[in-house]
Amino acid sequence: MFSLVTFTPFQPTPGLAIWSLLIFLLFWYLMAKFAFKPIAQALAKRENYIQDAIDQAKKAREEMANMKSENEKLLAQAREERAKILQEAKDIKNQMITEAKDKAKEEASKIVSNAMNDIENQKKAAIAEVKNELGNIALSIAEKVIRKELKGNAEQESYVNTLVKEINLN
Amino acid sequence: MKYQLFVVFFFILLNGPAAFTQENHNQADTAAVHNAQGQSHEGHDHGTAAAHSEASHDNGHGHEGAHEEFDPASTAIHHISDANVYSILDWLRIPLPMILYTKEKGLETFMSSRFHIGGHEDGHTAYNGWVMHHGSVHRVLDPAFPASGEVKLGEHPFVKKTEEKNGKKTDVTYLSHEGKEYRLDARSTLDGGILGGGITSFYDFSLTKNVLSMILVSLFLLWAFRKAAKAYENNPGRAPKGLQGLLEPIFMFIRDEVAIPFIGKDKYMKFLPLLMSIFFFILGLNLFGQIPFLGSTNVTGNLTVTMIMAVIVFLVVNFNGKRDYWQHIFWMPDVPVFVKPLLAVVEIMSLFIKPLTLMLRLAGNISAGHIAILSFIGLIFIFGKSGASIGGGAIGTAMAVPLTLFMMAIELIVAFVQAFVFTILTASYIGAAIEEHHHADHAEGSHH
Repeated sequence: MFSLVTFTPFQPTPGLAIWSLLIFLLFWYLMAKFAFKPIAQALAKRENYIQDAIDQAKKAREEMANMKSENEKLLAQAREERAKILQEAKDIKNQMITEAKDKAKEEASKIVSNAMNDIENQKKAAIAEVKNELGNIALSIAEKVIRKELKGNAEQESYVNTLVKEINLN
Repeated sequence: MKYQLFVVFFFILLNGPAAFTQENHNQADTAAVHNAQGQSHEGHDHGTAAAHSEASHDNGHGHEGAHEEFDPASTAIHHISDANVYSILDWLRIPLPMILYTKEKGLETFMSSRFHIGGHEDGHTAYNGWVMHHGSVHRVLDPAFPASGEVKLGEHPFVKKTEEKNGKKTDVTYLSHEGKEYRLDARSTLDGGILGGGITSFYDFSLTKNVLSMILVSLFLLWAFRKAAKAYENNPGRAPKGLQGLLEPIFMFIRDEVAIPFIGKDKYMKFLPLLMSIFFFILGLNLFGQIPFLGSTNVTGNLTVTMIMAVIVFLVVNFNGKRDYWQHIFWMPDVPVFVKPLLAVVEIMSLFIKPLTLMLRLAGNISAGHIAILSFIGLIFIFGKSGASIGGGAIGTAMAVPLTLFMMAIELIVAFVQAFVFTILTASYIGAAIEEHHHADHAEGSHH
């Protein structure tokens, strides 16, 4: 039959009490000194190191981002500048072209007008010469005619001159 | 590392029941005893092939008698008790130093091999008036028994009787030697008879099986942690490897989930070594007790050990108690005056109940686990009628193996959980003791 046995593991015994106190205190002291404290410190050190590394990486990333945005800004500025310069150059070019065109036109018109004047003068001179020549020709013709019919030159000659003058060359 | 743990776990699962079965099977063979006087013989729980052969040499008392009734309760209790000898599977009995004190003879020291310990951890020899019975030392009170020198004892010399004293029934063991009976003193205990022990005429300070287990586990833990600590020193800032990698997550868990949340980030370093020591000491001993073939010592299931740890926790908590802590105990703020003395009584009681629960919870849980496993294995002998019925034994085995397997898996969890619970409660008690409140602010806040 089942008998109610004394539950010996739950009876405190003097030997075990003293030994376990001694062993546990010694265990506590040695583990604290040689294991737990060094490990805890090493872990804390490593954690700080990792945290630092993460912080630094974050900082570097932020710096990079900053630099990138700055670069972009600079690039945009440069682009703008370039566009501006190009525009200016274009304007100058256009201006120069128009100026040159105008000048050329002016010169051309000047040359044309000079040429016209020359032509007019030449024409006038030529007409005057032709008139003179014509007078002479007419005179000589008239002389020939008068010689045959008239005597006295002076009267006839003046008369011929008046006649020549009346010839209006257009 | 995970993989190695798994292998160890599997090994335990695979071998645990087998080991127990084998151990107890021998017992079934030898547990055949006549009791001539008709008195109930004490439960036999340990037997060996060696004891068996001796029994058969001794023409008479042995084997051919009726099978003794199997007493699962006393078997289980004996298996989880402390002993003055370290038995491994009943084939190896490591003698331990005895340190005994009596008023008459002073301090006596000798090795427990003097008792020539055999089956059931009973000594075959009396030495200087001391005998070994069920693993623990007893003193022969009768002055008629020779008080010095070795006395060879007969087969099965211990007889248990129930005596009535002041209306209280107590079990008394007698030594039967050469036709005479000598009364034995009880085991040396400190309980003064409250828990079934008694006031004895001697004190046993021996280095017992539990003490040896504690020393072995402590040395192992010291070695393991020293190795890990060296790894931190040698490779600072490197990822942990090997043993260091196994211990680090547990260490970090106790630090981050137990120490820091309960004690606070500024003060936890002061108490971290104690919390770690408690956790790993308990865990190591819990797991050590579960290893088959190694004696299955029940150290953390022993009330004496947990009592000492609870006392240490009690002292640490109360020596670090701040003004607020004591104020909360003796004169609770923010409550009506007539409630204050009532609360003081309750608080003073809880002051002692806290370590008491720590002590009982751990010892109870671990002992219960050992008892559950032993009970399941006991099924084999209950069904098998201590070896008389092979078919019954087979049925018992078929039941016991899966149940024990299951129980050992549960016990593995319990080993961790109980170590964790003891640690986290210690941390919470320390945290409550060193916390500094600001009651004035609270009160103001609540009035508005």
